[in-house]
Amino acid sequence: MSFSLPELPYGYDSLEPFVDTTTMTIHHTKHHQTYVNNINKALEDFPEFKGLGIEDINAKVASVPDSIATAVRNNGGGHWNHSFFWKIMCNPSSTGGPAGALKEAIDKDFGSVDAMKEKFNAAAAARFGSGWAWLVLVKDEATGERRLQITSTPNQDNPLMSSVVDVQGTPILGLDVWEHAYYLKYQNRRPEYISAWWNVVNWEQAGENFNKA
Amino acid sequence: MARRSSLSTIKRMVGVLPEQTSVIAGSSSSTLHGSRGKATLPDLPYDYSALNPVIIPEIMELHHKKHHQTYVTNLNSFLEQLAEAEHAGDVNKMIALQSAIKFNGGGHLNHSMFWEMLCPPGSSEPPQGKLLDMIERDFGSLDTMISKFNGKTAAVQGSGWGWLGYNTESDKLVVATTANQDPLQATTGLIPLLGIDVWEHAYYLQYKNVRPDYLKEIWKVVNWNNVADRLKNASS
Repeated sequence: MSFSLPELPYGYDSLEPFVDTTTMTIHHTKHHQTYVNNINKALEDFPEFKGLGIEDINAKVASVPDSIATAVRNNGGGHWNHSFFWKIMCNPSSTGGPAGALKEAIDKDFGSVDAMKEKFNAAAAARFGSGWAWLVLVKDEATGERRLQITSTPNQDNPLMSSVVDVQGTPILGLDVWEHAYYLKYQNRRPEYISAWWNVVNWEQAGENFNKA
Repeated sequence: MARRSSLSTIKRMVGVLPEQTSVIAGSSSSTLHGSRGKATLPDLPYDYSALNPVIIPEIMELHHKKHHQTYVTNLNSFLEQLAEAEHAGDVNKMIALQSAIKFNGGGHLNHSMFWEMLCPPGSSEPPQGKLLDMIERDFGSLDTMISKFNGKTAAVQGSGWGWLGYNTESDKLVVATTANQDPLQATTGLIPLLGIDVWEHAYYLQYKNVRPDYLKEIWKVVNWNNVADRLKNASS
C-alpha cells in the first residue's frame, strides 16, 4: 500500500486573495506530490514501516533505520504536514470562526484568541529558514493536564515526532512558513502572509482536531 | 580588572573584523562594515539586470534590497544588544543572542560573498591555471565537480547553501553544504571559494520548485576569477 496525494477539499482558487491560486497549485501538485513520491520510495524495502500509516511513521521517526532516517523524517513529515495543512484551511465564507471547546481552551490558555494569534504570529515570523508554526495540544502524562501551546519546528519536523521536537503533542493548527508557501505573492514579506492566513483558517476542522485529541 | 573581550572574539568568528575580510577578495572592509564595526549593505558589482536570463532582475533586487538588507539591519541590532550585554556582564544574555548573530551574521557574510562570486553571463570565463588544476586533481574534471556540487546542493533540505570549499589542512577542494545561513568557515573550517544560495527566495520566482534547473543554469554566471582569487588568498 503506497501513500498518495490527497485531493484538496476545495478549488485551487478557493483561498484567494489570501493564498494565491498559483501557489496552491504548485504547492499541492509539485511540492506535496514530491514528498509523497519520496516517502514511497524510501519505504519501498521497509513494508513494516509502510504498514504503520503516515501518522505513526511520524510518531516513530526516531526509530526508523539509519539508512532511510533522513528521507523518512523529511518526506514522511512533509506528507503528513501538507495533508494536515490543506484540511485546516478553507474558503473564508465556509468557516464560522473559533467556537466551542477549542475557543474555551484558547481563552483559558492564552487569555483570548487574539493573544493566541499574537504568539502564533511571532513564532511563525521568528522561525529561521524553512519550517512550520503550530498550535499544539500538550498532555502532561503525570497529571493528565491538557494545555494548548505554540511552537515552531524546522524543515518538515512536526509535533508528532517524539524525541525529535521540543514540544510534542497533537497539532491543532499549523502554518507552512517555507518560502514556497508564500513567495510568489508575498515575496520576503512573511509577516503579511502570516496575518492574511488567518482569513482562511478552517476553525471547524481545528475544533475537530482538538476534540479528537 | 582586565576583561577579555568576548565580543571581539564573536565578531572575529562571524568575520566582521578586518582580519576576516582579507579572505574576501575584492571587498574592502568598508563595504562589509562601516566605521565602529557597523555592518553595511555592499553594492552589487553589477546592475540588477546583469545576470539575466540566468537570474531575473526581480529576484536580484529583492534578494539584495530586501533579504540581504534585513540581515544587515538585524545583525547591527543584535551586535548592539550583544555589546550592551557584554558591558553589563550578562553572560546569559550574550549566549541567548548567539543564534540570532549566527543567522544574521551568516546571512550578511554569505550574501556579501555571493554577489562577488557571480558575474554577467558574458563575463564568465572558465576556470584555468591553479584553480583548474586543483579541480581536475580533486574531482577528475570540472563537469564531475559540477555534477557532485549540484547533486549535494539540490538535496539540501529546506534552506541552505552549496559550497566549493578549500581545506587548508589537506590542501584539497571539497564540495560541502550548510543549513540556513550557517557560515562555511566558522562552522566547518573550510574556506569558501564558491557558494550558491538555495534558499527558495534565491530562485523561486523564476524556477519555482525546480531547484535542479536553477542549479543547471547558475554555472553560466559563476565568476571563476573571483573563485580563483579566493583560492589564491586561502592557499598563500
